[in-house]
Amino acid sequence: MSAIEIHDLHKSFGTTIALDGLDLVVQPGQIAGFLGPNGSGKSTTIRVLLGLLRPDSGTVRLLDGDPWSDAVALHRRLAYVPGDVSLWPNLTGGEAIDLMGRLHGGLDPARRAELLQRFELDPSKKARTYSKGNRQKVALVAALACDAELLVLDEPTSGLDPLMEAVFTEYLREAKAAGQSVLLSSHIMSEVEKVCDTVTIIRSGRAVESGTLADLRHLTRSSVTAVVDGDAGSLATLPGVHDLVTTVDASGTRVAFDVDNDDMSPVLTALGTMGVLTFTANPPSLEELFLRHYGDELAAAGVPEPTASASARAPETNDTGDEAAR
Amino acid sequence: MTTLVERGPAPTAPPARLADELAGTWLLLRFMLRRDRVRLGVWTASVVGLWLYVAVEFTAMYAEPAARAERATLMRTPASVLMTGPGYGLDDYTIGAMCANEMVLWIVICLSVMSILEVVRHTRAEEESSRSELVRAAVVGRHAPAFAAMALVVVANLVIAALSALVLVTVGHLAVFDTVVMVGGSALTVLVFAAVAVVACQLTAHARGASGLAVGVLGLMALVRGAGDMRREHGSALSWASPIAWTQQTRAFVDVRAWPLVLPVVAVVVLVVVAVVLAGHRDFGAGMFADRRGRASAHQALRSPLALAWRQQRTALAWWTLGTVLMWLATGTYVKDVGPVLEDMVAQNPVIGQVIGEKDMTDAYVSLIMLYAALAAVGYGISAVLRARAEEAAGRTEYVLAGPVGRGRWLSAQLVVAGAGAGALMVAEGLALGTGAYLVGAHDPSLGTYALAAVVYLPAVAVVLGVAAALLGWMPRWTGASWAFLVLAFVVGMFGDAFHLPDAVQHVSPLRWVPRVPVEDVSWLPVAGLCVVAAVLFAGAFAGFRRRDIPVV
Ligand SMILES: Nc1ncnc2c1ncn2[C@@H]1O[C@H](COP(=O)(O)OP(=O)(O)OP(=O)(O)O)[C@@H](O)[C@H]1O
Ligand SMILES: [Mg+2]
Repeated sequence: MSAIEIHDLHKSFGTTIALDGLDLVVQPGQIAGFLGPNGSGKSTTIRVLLGLLRPDSGTVRLLDGDPWSDAVALHRRLAYVPGDVSLWPNLTGGEAIDLMGRLHGGLDPARRAELLQRFELDPSKKARTYSKGNRQKVALVAALACDAELLVLDEPTSGLDPLMEAVFTEYLREAKAAGQSVLLSSHIMSEVEKVCDTVTIIRSGRAVESGTLADLRHLTRSSVTAVVDGDAGSLATLPGVHDLVTTVDASGTRVAFDVDNDDMSPVLTALGTMGVLTFTANPPSLEELFLRHYGDELAAAGVPEPTASASARAPETNDTGDEAAR
Repeated sequence: MTTLVERGPAPTAPPARLADELAGTWLLLRFMLRRDRVRLGVWTASVVGLWLYVAVEFTAMYAEPAARAERATLMRTPASVLMTGPGYGLDDYTIGAMCANEMVLWIVICLSVMSILEVVRHTRAEEESSRSELVRAAVVGRHAPAFAAMALVVVANLVIAALSALVLVTVGHLAVFDTVVMVGGSALTVLVFAAVAVVACQLTAHARGASGLAVGVLGLMALVRGAGDMRREHGSALSWASPIAWTQQTRAFVDVRAWPLVLPVVAVVVLVVVAVVLAGHRDFGAGMFADRRGRASAHQALRSPLALAWRQQRTALAWWTLGTVLMWLATGTYVKDVGPVLEDMVAQNPVIGQVIGEKDMTDAYVSLIMLYAALAAVGYGISAVLRARAEEAAGRTEYVLAGPVGRGRWLSAQLVVAGAGAGALMVAEGLALGTGAYLVGAHDPSLGTYALAAVVYLPAVAVVLGVAAALLGWMPRWTGASWAFLVLAFVVGMFGDAFHLPDAVQHVSPLRWVPRVPVEDVSWLPVAGLCVVAAVLFAGAFAGFRRRDIPVV
């Protein structure tokens, strides 16, 4: 049994096609990352899973039930954090947390207190006076405080500061240890990379990539830099080598390139014949993967596709990449 | 309790120049005009259309002097005075005098509601949504949104006044100067209430509260005018306390005088200055009162969608109840005067006594106020159902439904609170009217009759809420259109007979089917029919809400 199983899901709003044959599986006890550009259909998928939107076609199973017809029974077993948390303006954060907890059948006061303290949230402020991040925390505390089999999180950290993000990540690990399953939609690569077992990348309403992180890495390139003694010209002719840059200086020939992971061994053999002085290889970051899948979209928007190595090394480009994806 | 926050500008801050504070007003005004072109177009067409209808109908219906004299006689009754004007020109009731006496009140109320909603929509509502944070961060002065909104309603009211005058002069063949004084005076009075809205927007941090406050002032002023005019023909000192009297006291088409129109101009200037001063003493996005801290954990009772809906709506219900109860309590104290006024009138003109008996007059007065009370209850009910729509649009419905809460349970919580609130409000209004009468010793009709008169309206109120709920269930984007039903009920109730509206139109208004106790006896058939219609509408609402996507935005 899977926690979530979606097959060939279609959903359109009038003429807008939001989901166009989506497949998504979340195994029990796993944390599944759900990535995709703006408007690719992540929130729509989550709303279908919650029985809020009625699918046009396709099969959707949630905790072995039908999300539309068994909504109430299923919702007892899951907790949800919306992407854009809107709270009742005249209720305090504490009241909202208690209300959501009681709807779920009660929450553990000790757990609630611990979460409030860890997230540094003041529960006695009126919701309308909370900042965006604090509203997000209210929903997170409410979700984490009730003991659910499945957490459905739609960009749960979009307003959190890095410290709070770290606290959140810790709780996710704890949830996994406790056997909870998680669907985590996010634009924050490092977060997904840190905690997710599997990743699904969605684009224009269909899954373009999915699998474990290791699987996905296998599909992509590593970036390699090395300083060699001999002539590095032959590297350019090897299959799977991209973006080769060669600079010659006193210490030797510095080469930097990306290589498809499947073609790694012939490249290493070739390097071995050149007399390697220094060597570093970086595994592809999820971000590179992501950017590769968004590549033509970014190009269409006039953003030059960052070379894999540049985006992996320079933290500034990380940020702009993030912005572009948002 | 709320605390008053002192937030004067820091002593070192250089005083801002007025030109700076108003920077961007012109740009904002153009943007507002563009954003509201349809909305303002509908208002303009409705009001000008109403004048056109009046000009044509009155001329046709009251061509004979005898018909006009009969109408004038009717206009002398207290119930009529309450819903018309001070009664200038009743001795020689020309078409012009008829327009001034009977229409100005409603035109002013209608346009004031429009102007209040426009002002709040472009100032406080924007501020609340933080959209105007974006705007103010651009080169736009502190007072620019308020001044632009005020300019917007000035432009709208001037255009409406000009078109109305054109219609009345060309189609109704009314005297030009009197017409200009009448419609111009109406526009000026409307601007007073727009300025009241600007002040209200400085006082409360919430759009809903600001429009409620301003509309409350409007209602109070309408009542003060009515009470003042019922006291004495052509108005008493009390009448002059209300801006609505200022325009009615120009005596257009009788013995026209323009000087009372100085009063609204002064009032607008004073109110705008007050608003500017208040605005200088508050932070962006804040009201005059700081938000209190609240409970760190929820009360035991807050554990269901019903409790949540009640918590969301109870404040609004309390204000509506307070406002209407005070209003009808005061109105009720006039029940006793209805008889003596009639005696005076009979002494002057014995014919009146043959037309209407004293008992009839008191009853007519009571049943008219009951109709007003029902309109208020319907208004509250629609606004309460629209809260459910607002919850959905804000994403909170989605959040609750993602918990183990069924759609039916959520919707019924919202509708129960809206419906029970509207029902309780209706009964409270009826009892308040009766209590007012009892307080001054008028024991006929009995308190039970007042209660009955209110209760028979409940099925009709339920039908209107059912329409709003059905829209919410099937066509959520159109839920706001349920206001049209209130307008229809109002027009049919107030003018249905005077305008000879076709039966087909009149019968669409659920309130029309309600037996008008105490004038009429209760006939249970229409009441039962309304109950059935309401039940069908609510069942339809649930069916629609269960099968549609949420949220529809
Ligand atoms: N209620 C709706 N009516 C019409 N179109 C909608 C509705 N909800 C979503 N869409 C459209 O469906 C598409 C998918 O939207 P969705 O919100 O699922 O994207 P997302 O992946 O969550 O994006 P983001 O990363 O920005 O949150 C978008 O094109 C959006 O405009
Ligand atoms: Mg989204």
